[in-house]
Amino acid sequence: MSAEHWFDIGTIADIPQRGARCVATPQGRIGVFRTADDRIFAIEDHCPHRGGHLSEGIVHGAAVTCPLHNWVISLETGKALGVDEGAVRTIPVSVEEGRIRLGLEPAILAAE
Amino acid sequence: MSQRLVIIGNGMAPGRMLEHLIEAAPGRYAITIFNAEPRVNYDRIMLSPVLSGEKAYEEIVIHGDGWYVANGITLYKGHRIVAIDRDAKTVTSDQGVTEPYDRLVIATGSVPFIIPVPGADLPGVITYRDLDDVNAMLLAAQSRQKAVVIGGGLLGLEAAAGLKERGMDVTVLHVMPTLMERQLDPAAGYLLQKAVEARGINVITKANTRAIVGDGSVEGVELADGTIIPAKLVVMAVGIRPNTALAKEAGLSVNRGILTDDRMVTSDPDILAVGECAEVAGNVYGLVAPLYEMARVAAAALTGGEDKRFVHTDTPTKLKVTGIDLYSLGDFADGDDRDEIILRDASAGIYKRVVLKDNRIIGTVLFGETGDGAWFNDLKKKATDISQMRDTLIFGQMFQGGAPADPLAAVAALADDAEICGCNGVCKGKITGTITARGLTSLDEVRAHTKASASCGTCTGLVEKLMTLTLGTAYNPAAVQPMCGCTDLGHDDVRRLIKAKELKTIPSVMQELEWKTSCGCAKCRPALNYYLVCDWPDEYSDDYQSRFVNERVHANIQKDGTYSVVPRMWGGVTSAAELRAIADVVDKFAIPTVKVTGGQRIDMLGIRKEDLPAVWSDLGQAGFVSGHAYAKGLRTVKTCVGTDWCRFGTQDSTGFGIRIEKFMWGSWTPAKVKMAVSGCPRNCAEATCKDVGVICVDSGYEIHFAGAAGLDIKGTEVLGLVPTEDEALEVIVAIVQMYREQARYLERIYKWAKRIGTDEVRRQVLDDRERRRAYFDRFVFSQKFAQVDPWSERVSGKDKHEFRPMTALAFKEAAE
Repeated sequence: MSAEHWFDIGTIADIPQRGARCVATPQGRIGVFRTADDRIFAIEDHCPHRGGHLSEGIVHGAAVTCPLHNWVISLETGKALGVDEGAVRTIPVSVEEGRIRLGLEPAILAAE
Repeated sequence: MSQRLVIIGNGMAPGRMLEHLIEAAPGRYAITIFNAEPRVNYDRIMLSPVLSGEKAYEEIVIHGDGWYVANGITLYKGHRIVAIDRDAKTVTSDQGVTEPYDRLVIATGSVPFIIPVPGADLPGVITYRDLDDVNAMLLAAQSRQKAVVIGGGLLGLEAAAGLKERGMDVTVLHVMPTLMERQLDPAAGYLLQKAVEARGINVITKANTRAIVGDGSVEGVELADGTIIPAKLVVMAVGIRPNTALAKEAGLSVNRGILTDDRMVTSDPDILAVGECAEVAGNVYGLVAPLYEMARVAAAALTGGEDKRFVHTDTPTKLKVTGIDLYSLGDFADGDDRDEIILRDASAGIYKRVVLKDNRIIGTVLFGETGDGAWFNDLKKKATDISQMRDTLIFGQMFQGGAPADPLAAVAALADDAEICGCNGVCKGKITGTITARGLTSLDEVRAHTKASASCGTCTGLVEKLMTLTLGTAYNPAAVQPMCGCTDLGHDDVRRLIKAKELKTIPSVMQELEWKTSCGCAKCRPALNYYLVCDWPDEYSDDYQSRFVNERVHANIQKDGTYSVVPRMWGGVTSAAELRAIADVVDKFAIPTVKVTGGQRIDMLGIRKEDLPAVWSDLGQAGFVSGHAYAKGLRTVKTCVGTDWCRFGTQDSTGFGIRIEKFMWGSWTPAKVKMAVSGCPRNCAEATCKDVGVICVDSGYEIHFAGAAGLDIKGTEVLGLVPTEDEALEVIVAIVQMYREQARYLERIYKWAKRIGTDEVRRQVLDDRERRRAYFDRFVFSQKFAQVDPWSERVSGKDKHEFRPMTALAFKEAAE
């Protein structure tokens, strides 16, 4: 995998604490999450179970519970926690001076 | 023919004695009890949790009315015995009842000691002995003013903590230099003072009360040095003395207490004495364990079957203030012939001291960490020589013999005769033996059969561990199912503690109730958010991040991520203008599906989230507000056409349904609430399967509740008939408010009602008008903050971030 390209998507303040927003891309939605301790994570916004928008779930610790059927997905690894099995892709994030950028792969770019 | 047994007093000791008596010799006596208090036998040890709000009176009743009936016992409530005629063998009450006896048991308990200072008889000076005292304190606490507690012993500190929890500004006056000096050494007394002060209670030691001042009622307490401490309420908790007046008048031998031999028989062989009023071998008692022992001995003496004798043992002392752990046992005075081992951990607030004599434990004081109390007590009782483990003794049982750090292992290691329940003197072997012999599976059953953990409850954890050990995985301590993996507390405890400790934010609940996770989970957060919204409607600010997406965006999420929108259609009545507006919205936003719901309104499905505010804006212009079809809250009030059109209608069911809906919309509830009003018993609105339903009849309004027609199907319970619409509304609102305050999150009314009991609900919201009104008023107050249309708020720009992506990336342009 070669170097990512970085896309500015906004500031930390755009996302509520213990909350999430989604970012629309030509490749689909990405959920961007802000934890209680202001860590930022980005994962595919598509639950591995039935495709629920994870960015609409309840954020607790470094995990989110899907609004459709309560799967719990780790924001750090993208993997389903507990007894469920499945995973979503995690997206590289950089936060500098409050601005959030997502690292997206050239493969996605090429697809456009 | 059975003999006549008369008992004076209905406290815990005679209550226990009767249990033993009825078990050993049912029918042997015709039993009559005179209780000066107008109530049944309740657990006095638990008065402090009632005062602090952690328990309700109903929860501490030991023998309900039914118990007396079932056992054929005559109970005179509110009868004080004023004379015993030993020649005629009768007793006479202040209400004029005279009852003959063959055997008499005096259990008059104790009277609180009132320090003889000027002003001690002013209104506002109370003691702390019974439920009436607690009620007086609760009444005074409503003023949220200053209170002084005189006496820094067990009772005084529990009273102070309770009053503080209830919002009063509390000062404790204690005549000695350190608190609880009879049970604690000075070091532990000091730590206790710090812990008490940390709760915001002022403590003044070496405080000599000179007078209680006030003109007509209490205004303050004057100390010997002239200081005056202002107070509206003064609680005297300086000690008790046995209540012997009646016995003395009857000519029985009395010293400090009523003198008895070691079979609890007084100087008159037909008269026994048990409880705090009795004196055996020079000792009088105030803690429950020896009193229960007296009860056991007296029951044996009355049946003549067993030759039981009362033997003195030391009883451990525990303080029932949530969050302060202390344990004290035996003798801990300094002395030349004594050794001691001390452990202090200032940062953790832990102090442990074991006093030894000839390598045997004679006393123990534990503060901050009391888990090893039972173990130390066991070593002391058996006079175990501890020289082999002396170096590690103070660290507790875990450190002995390399036992694994597993709490179950520690309990498993206890000997069969180790005492588990101090109040009732129940040892480990008795509990495990009874569980096996009787096939017990629940904590309540173990309590019923062994009495273990049935009094003060501090040993509940130990008893549960014994159940786990005995039953293995068959024991699921589901009696209290924790809310979720973030806490061991159940919903009921959390709700009680939120009120008792006045916790008003989610972080403070998690901090104070020692949540195991940093910010909860998707199970507990919405529950806590609801509890706080319900309990502090004016002070708590709703945490939207702790709500499910439907309640955050005020629409129902669908499987494809679109939403459905249901506007309120009051009582199911609509108009051409409303229908036209809906049609226009459907066209404008190309809404794919429009459907009539079971709750008599219209659902628009397949709306994109980004479109929601615009859809609401158009609907709002036609006068629509949110139907809360997504909410744990009031959903619909279904109606039939009633007297407006129907030839069978008996009342204006449509109008009443609309009135209910307009009154109650916007309120959050533990789970959804659906209602209906039918205009006659033909019940076209299907009111008898709703959470709350009304069947109109000629004579008024029959109110139903606790129906279900979902996962479970269940007809409603009939609450009762009321004559007017106004009263029906008040009752309906009161039921819902009671449910709002008591139910567990996501628990529907029918499940809650099953737990509480239909009769209890009826008693509170139908029979008890005062309580009904209080529920009603609290609901009305909370509506001031809840009855805001969430759709129009969002049309005006609230929570904009919920409805649109943070950004949309078009890669070609954005790529660097």
